[in-house]
Amino acid sequence: MKYVLRRIVTLVLTMIMVSFLSFAAFHLISGDPAVVILGTSATPERLEALRRSMGLDQPFLIQYFRWLAGFFTGNLGISYSYQQPVAALIMPKLQVTFCMVMLSFAVIIICSFPIGLFSSRIAGSRLDWLHTTFNQLCMAVPAFFLSILVTYVFGIALKWFRPGAFPDLAKNPVGAMHYLFYAAVCIAIPRIAMCVRMMRSTIIGEMEKNYVRTAISRGNDRGRVLRRHVLKNSLVPTITLLGQTMAEIVSGGIVVEQVFGIPGMGRFLVLSISNKDYPVVQALVVILAFWVIMAGTVADLLNQTVDTRLRLGGR
Amino acid sequence: MKKKVRINGYLAAGLILTAVIILWIVVGQFYTPYDPTKMSMDKLQGPTLAHLFGTDRFGRDIFSRVMRGSWTTLVIAVSTVAIGCVVGTIIGAVTGYFGGAADEALMRINDALTAFPSILLALVIISFLGPGKYNVTVALGIVFIPSFARVTRTAFAAQRDVNYITSARLMGASWIRILVVHMLPNTINVLLPAVTIGFNNAVLAEASMSFLGIGVNPPDVSMGYMLSEAQGMIKAAPWYAISVGIMIALLIFGVGLIGEGMQRLDKEVG
Amino acid sequence: MKKRVLAGILALSMTGALLAGCGASGSGSSGSADAQATEAETEEAAAEEEAAPEAEEAPAEGGATAEHAATNEIVIGIAQDLDRSLDPHYTVAAGTKEVMFNVFEGLVKYDSNGDTIPAVAAEAPEISEDGLTYTFTLRDGVKFHNGETVDLDDVIYSITRCRDDENVNSQTRTGLACIADLQKDGDNKLVMTLSEPNTELMSLLTLAIIPSDYDQQDTAPVGTGPYKFVSRTAQDSVVLEKFADYWGTPGNLDKITYKINENAEGLMNGLSSGAIDLVSHLTTVQTAQLDEEEFNVETGTMNLVQALYLNNAVEPFNDIRVRQAMCYAVDRQYVLDMAFDGQGFLIGSNVFPAFTKYFDDSLTNYYEFNQTEAKRLLSEAGYPDGFDMTITVPQNYDPHVATGEVIADKLKEVGINATIKKVTWDQWLEETYNGRDFQSTVIGLTADPLTARSLLERFKSDADNNFINYSNAEYDELFQKAITCYDDAEQTEIYKALEKNLTENAASVYIQDMADMIAVRKGLTGLTFYPLYVLDVSTLKWE
Repeated sequence: MKYVLRRIVTLVLTMIMVSFLSFAAFHLISGDPAVVILGTSATPERLEALRRSMGLDQPFLIQYFRWLAGFFTGNLGISYSYQQPVAALIMPKLQVTFCMVMLSFAVIIICSFPIGLFSSRIAGSRLDWLHTTFNQLCMAVPAFFLSILVTYVFGIALKWFRPGAFPDLAKNPVGAMHYLFYAAVCIAIPRIAMCVRMMRSTIIGEMEKNYVRTAISRGNDRGRVLRRHVLKNSLVPTITLLGQTMAEIVSGGIVVEQVFGIPGMGRFLVLSISNKDYPVVQALVVILAFWVIMAGTVADLLNQTVDTRLRLGGR
Repeated sequence: MKKKVRINGYLAAGLILTAVIILWIVVGQFYTPYDPTKMSMDKLQGPTLAHLFGTDRFGRDIFSRVMRGSWTTLVIAVSTVAIGCVVGTIIGAVTGYFGGAADEALMRINDALTAFPSILLALVIISFLGPGKYNVTVALGIVFIPSFARVTRTAFAAQRDVNYITSARLMGASWIRILVVHMLPNTINVLLPAVTIGFNNAVLAEASMSFLGIGVNPPDVSMGYMLSEAQGMIKAAPWYAISVGIMIALLIFGVGLIGEGMQRLDKEVG
Repeated sequence: MKKRVLAGILALSMTGALLAGCGASGSGSSGSADAQATEAETEEAAAEEEAAPEAEEAPAEGGATAEHAATNEIVIGIAQDLDRSLDPHYTVAAGTKEVMFNVFEGLVKYDSNGDTIPAVAAEAPEISEDGLTYTFTLRDGVKFHNGETVDLDDVIYSITRCRDDENVNSQTRTGLACIADLQKDGDNKLVMTLSEPNTELMSLLTLAIIPSDYDQQDTAPVGTGPYKFVSRTAQDSVVLEKFADYWGTPGNLDKITYKINENAEGLMNGLSSGAIDLVSHLTTVQTAQLDEEEFNVETGTMNLVQALYLNNAVEPFNDIRVRQAMCYAVDRQYVLDMAFDGQGFLIGSNVFPAFTKYFDDSLTNYYEFNQTEAKRLLSEAGYPDGFDMTITVPQNYDPHVATGEVIADKLKEVGINATIKKVTWDQWLEETYNGRDFQSTVIGLTADPLTARSLLERFKSDADNNFINYSNAEYDELFQKAITCYDDAEQTEIYKALEKNLTENAASVYIQDMADMIAVRKGLTGLTFYPLYVLDVSTLKWE
């Protein structure tokens, strides 16, 4: 319990740190929002009035806390490019990206464990080199190259899905998820290869440990030992890796979305960066960072329940 | 004995593959079958003996372009890793060796930075610096600093109170000397794998950035830029996307094999 | 086969597992206004999934065409988002006007010949003999999209706003400055008194009539056109619907969705997969990728002036010799052959060929491709070894990007190293066009309103949209003469002299009026070409 508490405190601290860093950075570069909104030809009086109404005349820290409060109440400011509330602009796009990322995450989990187990089984056998090579190959193929191929083969040649025709998530969720599935797989494949590699090496490492050898030599069923002890212990680094994977999925998603023409936040983020639409960029950056931090925390907490040693260990 | 040969097989295969590719890329700096930016009326031709990878929409030889483009990618990736590795190691060494409050604070910032997905962080830095080849290199370099800092910090911290370091300190060696001469060589075994992984991430990251249109500008070419070009011609010239994609994959694959080989070698020796 | 089934099962199980989480979060975002459509779509999707294994044999047009034809709608792919503000009087981008042409009308509007025909006005105006008084009769019962009837106050408001509001572009403002007085005569007559005659007034009066008491034109524009604005999603789509109370011939299609994708590949994929039915402004490389059985490619002209616009205020283009050298160094026919498969119409000044009245073909070959001459001029200007330069291009317009690349390739031969800088559309508008922060850029300029004045006024040294910073005293003087000249023939001559001035001083490297390649899904007919940069959707229909 104490650990959970401490982990949550760390989470909050990191979040504050992340949001503060972003806020400070964007505060430095974004210039005077009042000028951006009203244009350079605006009169000083009008600028001054707008600055006051936006709270830009306040000290930096006050502005930061105001922004943070706005962030948690859904008030993310106004987009420079579209003159609309940022929250309304990015919400539908974030939903799409969120679904894609979670789908990809699910694919990774579902595939990694069986393949990882299988791969540790064949360790040292003749097939081992083939497997290792294939694994490295999967890690080497860029997700966006895979996406181009998948779009072409499954979208345009086989017509399993219709590239460019992303169905409305609310109206046709099944169709939308079907569409997202292809993108999710493209993001997942290199990640699966990484997880498999991790599982494999931890399982092998674990199997070589004395307690396992002893257990097996005493005549215990090999499979049972594997399931009861080895798997459990090798779960920890894998879960940690999965937690870190979230950041990479989000990264990969930014690019893959473009290839598939998915109206998620990736395309919007890149455009907003080019267009210097800082309120949008800032909001997206912080949301995504929070998301990733939370995934890491969840992974750590999960490890807690899996591995009792962590709870005792003075981490 | 037999096992050892197989383990080195990855290393050997990786080294050979990488050497061949890098040689090919370096040769491309001095000789390409065609001028990679020269346009001609032989547009969108399939692979032939004259044009091994075919030609693109402006009749440029894709083989030559891939040679030249890989160089750009390679240079960006290497510089990126160099920035990340050098700065990261310095930060890691100093904080690891001295510890204390500064160490604690830096590591918290480090935590915060690793919370950003790598491409996202690079994009944010780009939004400050503006797009372009050099800015992308710098941005990615900065992105790679935290991971190197973390790895080296642990390695340096572990050596802090080892006997020979303590005796060196007692003999009056300056801390810089201790860090560079006594401790750095011992961190090579954690640095090298980090470098191979970093290199692969850098290649991928450069390709992603250029693919998003933020990296290199024509007439410069890089892998990511070519792939985004190729995407628009996937139907008319599928060989373009495929040859570029395979080249990126091979480059990463080669270095990945080296990493795999080193890891196994390590286990064997240790 | 086995693999496919496996993949399908996997896909279904995945989607099932995650639906709960996402469906809930998504449902709030859009209402249930279109319940029928939703059902149809879901069925369609289900049917498609079942039919998937056979999909490769089935002719592609079956599913895709039927869907949009059945609901009597189309999806048009466009390469850029609309202007930040949708207020028709503040619109800058031609791409926005192209869409909003279907939403707004003026007292008069253009027909497909480029002539003005009555719209909100019932008939052509009565013009007094001295050309100073125009009397318009309002058409009976013209409705705005918000249900209100157009009255004289709305018309007067719209015209005065365009004349006086500083945010309106300067051509329109200065053009309308001649309107001295607007008076109501009874309920439906408008008497317009001019301070001086204006031959281009009718073109200017195509300006959109908007309600006088409505303040949300920026985000929810209201006009009188055959289609009404429904919604806009940033960087995603714009939706128009048929306006039931339209006064004239109503549109055939019920719903028009403009799908925005700044990534050209996205548009092409959308066409191939059936998600998009029509895309204009394509290049031959792009149309070559389309399936001939699914698409007709119609070719018209874009009616714009594509040029490598040079910023006359920055080094080295502030030197006329360098600009002329550029004109000699760029092989325009080569640009056409390389990037457009030879299609397009070469030009030599800032008027496009379809504008026959003012187009002067003798200028087209004023600068013949001549690298020796280019080099001579460069050395004379002090750049014997050439120089480095940047060509800014909007990345969402493949034709302009391709043109830039080919030009860069040609310039290298005379020692000029050109780097292409790709920017987003928003950046192009803000930084290049409004901010004038560029060295050279490839873009197409359109005429709106369709007058010689609107094409040429921007090169007056003090014009607020003189983004190339052209500054030539003789030009300014001639232009003043042109707009104060009321004899049509004489005025035309002066406009031609202005064109010649631009050519002689090498204001920019004029290239071509591009061939407009429009991919239209088979079964969709009624595409009408205008001598303007517009796409009239009201005549489109499914067979």
